[in-house]
Amino acid sequence: MKITLYFLLGLLYLLHNDLFLWNDECLIHGIPSGLAYHLAFCVAATLLMTALTYFAWPEGLEVDSNKDSAV
Amino acid sequence: MILAVIIIYFVAVLFIGSISVRLFRNTGEDYFVATRTIGPFVLFMSLFGTHMTAFTILGASGEAYHTGIGVFALMASSSALVVPSIFFFVGPRIWSFGKRFGYLTQIQFFRDRWNSSALGLVLFIVLMAFLLPYLLIGVMGGGTTLNQITGGLIPEWLGGLIVCGVVLIYVTTGGMRGTAWVNTFQTLVFMIFGALAFYIIVKNMGGLTEAMNRVALEHPELLVRQGKIQPLEMLSYTLIPLSAGMFPHLFIHWLTSSKAENFKFTIRLYPISIAFVWFPSVMLGVLGTLNFPGLKGAAANSVLIKMIEMHAPGVLAGLLAAGVVSSVMNSLDSQVLAIGSMFTQDIVEHYGWISKKNERQHVLLGRIFAATFVALGYLLSLVTNRSIFRLGIWCFTGFASLFPLIIAALFWKRSNKYGAFASIFSVIAMWLFFFIKAGNDQNYTLGGTGVMPVVLMIAVSSLMLIIVSLLTPALSEDRIKKFFPQTTKFSAASPVEA
Repeated sequence: MKITLYFLLGLLYLLHNDLFLWNDECLIHGIPSGLAYHLAFCVAATLLMTALTYFAWPEGLEVDSNKDSAV
Repeated sequence: MILAVIIIYFVAVLFIGSISVRLFRNTGEDYFVATRTIGPFVLFMSLFGTHMTAFTILGASGEAYHTGIGVFALMASSSALVVPSIFFFVGPRIWSFGKRFGYLTQIQFFRDRWNSSALGLVLFIVLMAFLLPYLLIGVMGGGTTLNQITGGLIPEWLGGLIVCGVVLIYVTTGGMRGTAWVNTFQTLVFMIFGALAFYIIVKNMGGLTEAMNRVALEHPELLVRQGKIQPLEMLSYTLIPLSAGMFPHLFIHWLTSSKAENFKFTIRLYPISIAFVWFPSVMLGVLGTLNFPGLKGAAANSVLIKMIEMHAPGVLAGLLAAGVVSSVMNSLDSQVLAIGSMFTQDIVEHYGWISKKNERQHVLLGRIFAATFVALGYLLSLVTNRSIFRLGIWCFTGFASLFPLIIAALFWKRSNKYGAFASIFSVIAMWLFFFIKAGNDQNYTLGGTGVMPVVLMIAVSSLMLIIVSLLTPALSEDRIKKFFPQTTKFSAASPVEA
């Protein structure tokens, strides 16, 4: 699962480059298509980040307060 | 009336800051990282509010005025992916080390990780140098906002001075807890009133579809990226948000969390929150070309304020302006706190200028240094004339180029102080070279290809870190085990200690 999510992270990074909408003047409910695409991209990023926190959260990070030691 | 609303807003901010003083435990750890007690909601609000600056609210709308909707893809959606990824891979790990070893600043982490006092000093100087232009953005943004919204009643120099003064008061009295609380309040204010401003202005312009149809007729070039942004430029811009991994003012907020789990809330909400704030800024910048055509260069930074002034009635304009001012102060306060913290911990305490036990004196010196740095930033803001957007990009370029350091420190056992030094010095040299070479060319890219200097800087910085680390002795096994406790075997050919 973790590997799949990391792969999706890479894929989403590539999808950021929407060259196919570079010169598209079309408006979708008043929103330029290039902007609408990137709004959808933000939604996809939200879903992916949520999945990462559920299925790929690193282990062993929590620290017992009693074990604190100063620098 | 507008002025009255702004004054009431400042009083509210100072009041929230003053409440936090009652919980102050009179220790350095409490002043600088709120004794690591911050919960998930305040952590998210303070991280998000700190990251969203005048650059976002004023700079983005100003840039969209000239460049069009492509600004959203350049900075917002790339940040929506890159920044929470940094919070996922880096933030909780840094928090864990901070909690375990008592770090209050990022320099303490790097110094301890690579066992080098000199590295800490060099980093201190470099981070301060990159932080100064970022601070300038806030001061300039504050001055512009107050000047515009009061119809010139408050001159820009006084506006910047007022913003600096208010921030200094609540930061120096409330410390991190006060800053986090005020950040939460201010982030709510600028998110709510930002959305409200967008709704009211668009409604006054006849609705989004009608207003954008007018833009399509009068300025169709603003609806596409062709001729405004090169594909390689957009690709290289995705590296700029890496700067969030090295911002001292975000780093210090990571350390305040009560547990690692708290980061999850921030990571999940970050991308959609970025869209929520940037979308109105970019759209209003584009729509501003209809109401205020012909703004040149940095003058476009005030287009959002002009739009609010034109479309919103008295009290509402004041509230909307308060939203803009809050975004400005949200970053400025954390930067001021980070500066004070770094000076106190990484210079005063580390070099033993005063007794380690005298925490009250540490806090006092931190406050004095922060005030001095803010004064310097303020004075520079009076003579600086670069666009807020471009000024921010140079600052972010510097921080992003240092990003390989944090990755190597967390994930590469073989990295050492020599590699870190080589990486930092390569960044300094290249930053100065490109800054001078670019001069007043606001659209400078490498050879006009669209590739931004940050690409080359990160590549060289990473290579220097890798090559020099491999050519020089590794750290001692004890040092490695401290930061990689799961390591079973790691052969350090010739251990070296600073």
